[in-house]
Amino acid sequence: MSLLSTLRRQRANWLGLLGGTLVLLLLALAIFGPWLGLPDPTRGDLRARMLAPTISWTGLGAHPLGTDQLGRDILSRIVAGSRVTLTIAASAVLLGGIVGVMLGLVAGYFGGWWDRLLMRLVDIQLAFPLMLLALLVVAALGPSLHNLIAVLALTSWVRYARIIRGQVLSVREREFVQAVIAMGGGNLRILLRHILPNVLTPALVVATLELARIIVLEAGLSFLGLGIQPPSPSWGRMLADGRTYIASAWWIITLPGIALMLTVLSVNLLGDWLRDWLDPRADRS
Amino acid sequence: MPGHLTSRLAEGLIAIWGVVTIVFLVSRLLGDPAVLLLPIGASEAQLQELRTQLGLDQPLLQQYLTFLLHAAQGDFGQSFQFGRPALSVVLERLPATALLAGSALLIGVLVGGLAGALAAIYRGSWLEALVMLVALLGQATPSFWLGIMLILFFAVQLGWLPTGGYGTWQNLVLPALTLACFTTASIARLLRSSMLDVMRDDYVRTAYAKGLAPRRVFVWHVGRNSLIPVITMTGILAGELLGGAAVTETVFGWPGVGRLIVQAIETKDFPVVQAGVAIVAAIFVCINLLVDLLYTLIDPRIRQSS
Repeated sequence: MSLLSTLRRQRANWLGLLGGTLVLLLLALAIFGPWLGLPDPTRGDLRARMLAPTISWTGLGAHPLGTDQLGRDILSRIVAGSRVTLTIAASAVLLGGIVGVMLGLVAGYFGGWWDRLLMRLVDIQLAFPLMLLALLVVAALGPSLHNLIAVLALTSWVRYARIIRGQVLSVREREFVQAVIAMGGGNLRILLRHILPNVLTPALVVATLELARIIVLEAGLSFLGLGIQPPSPSWGRMLADGRTYIASAWWIITLPGIALMLTVLSVNLLGDWLRDWLDPRADRS
Repeated sequence: MPGHLTSRLAEGLIAIWGVVTIVFLVSRLLGDPAVLLLPIGASEAQLQELRTQLGLDQPLLQQYLTFLLHAAQGDFGQSFQFGRPALSVVLERLPATALLAGSALLIGVLVGGLAGALAAIYRGSWLEALVMLVALLGQATPSFWLGIMLILFFAVQLGWLPTGGYGTWQNLVLPALTLACFTTASIARLLRSSMLDVMRDDYVRTAYAKGLAPRRVFVWHVGRNSLIPVITMTGILAGELLGGAAVTETVFGWPGVGRLIVQAIETKDFPVVQAGVAIVAAIFVCINLLVDLLYTLIDPRIRQSS
């Protein structure tokens, strides 16, 4: 439209690109971390407890980001933690996404009782504080990896279901769907072949934003002692462990927190950019 | 309008019922309260006696119906930990949470609203970039980590404010800031994009064209119309504040409902868990009913359509 809005769009692209690049870097770190030749993240050295970070202009030192209360290298724990954290978060996003998309499809397409049932479930879920729901279920089932993923997915499906339901309501009325219905196409075929592909983009945007939210929620659960159990170093676990030592060794809790914050920030940037890019309303700007 | 409100009220009651039911069922998976209540080494006969006393020997459906009947009258049973009615234990902690969540919401609405409005008015300037950067960071920071960092800086390093506790305004500052962070960032971002959307609408151009003062256009046309999504969001955020307070309250040792529920989950004090979650859900439903009413005050179109 004007030069200003063009510039604004460019900046949005630039931020999205930055977010995307950081996310890719993080993924690479999580995947190739074990081959970087870092010290064992689970083996402590009690003679090297709580060493301050040694990273500086002159060099890295043996423990660039210092060591924790058991003498474990914090850099390698952050790298190993990215693997644990991202595995949990990505699995939860996938599980919650599949369940949410399926329920949203059914409610939007069939309407009637299915729809009313779903909307009441959504109300219940919204009135139930997510952190308390997650805490309660983890406390009941035990904090294993699978339970943790299931609980995080449980707090997430609603957001997909609502968006997908709304999308299906409008796509269902479009000519190409009405045409297939008129030709006598089966419900399953219509849903999977004709409606699903047209509602997947919003689900992708929700998934990106959910990934960020779930990473934070997992860290919160770990902090309250109900996250992944030791020795697996998730970021939330590291933050929870470091809390005892804030007065004597600030780096134990500060550095994993910064890693977590940067991750959530880049995922959010990517998600915002995806939303602006895919949202047809954004074309007006 | 009354019909609309009644149906919203019914939906709210169904939501509370659902939450209470889920809490009841999940609580039953947490473990046998009889084992927890009696000292280690209690005989099987003693255990059985306590189960009978607590009604745990009856079929699950029977237990559930009894529970529901009592809960509807505000009776969630005696707290295992405190030996007093669970509801009164929860209600005693409610003012602390209300104070914390209320302060956080107030900060969020005032600071977030101001920042978002400034960002929209001065779009394309360094001010907008700064607001957006801070808001993005604010949304990305886990609240408990922020809380610990604030303690580290303001309480441990500078010694200006206490690390935790409850009672004076100094105790409130850090927890309220911690809890407000996400809300403030969300409101700032949402209000900005909502205002930018509205500013493109035809009636705003008309308002300018007919010679209204820009300030008047901003307050009456852009302001009112861009508030709708922000109010919706605030209602949802209020719920998240109540739940998210659990973590912040734990970090700062704030004696609120959230921390009480977390402790009750750890000690398997079911009556308190059930009462606490039911109260939080009820407050959430009430807040959102209020939000519904606010819509009709702000936007006459909604009043007419319902």
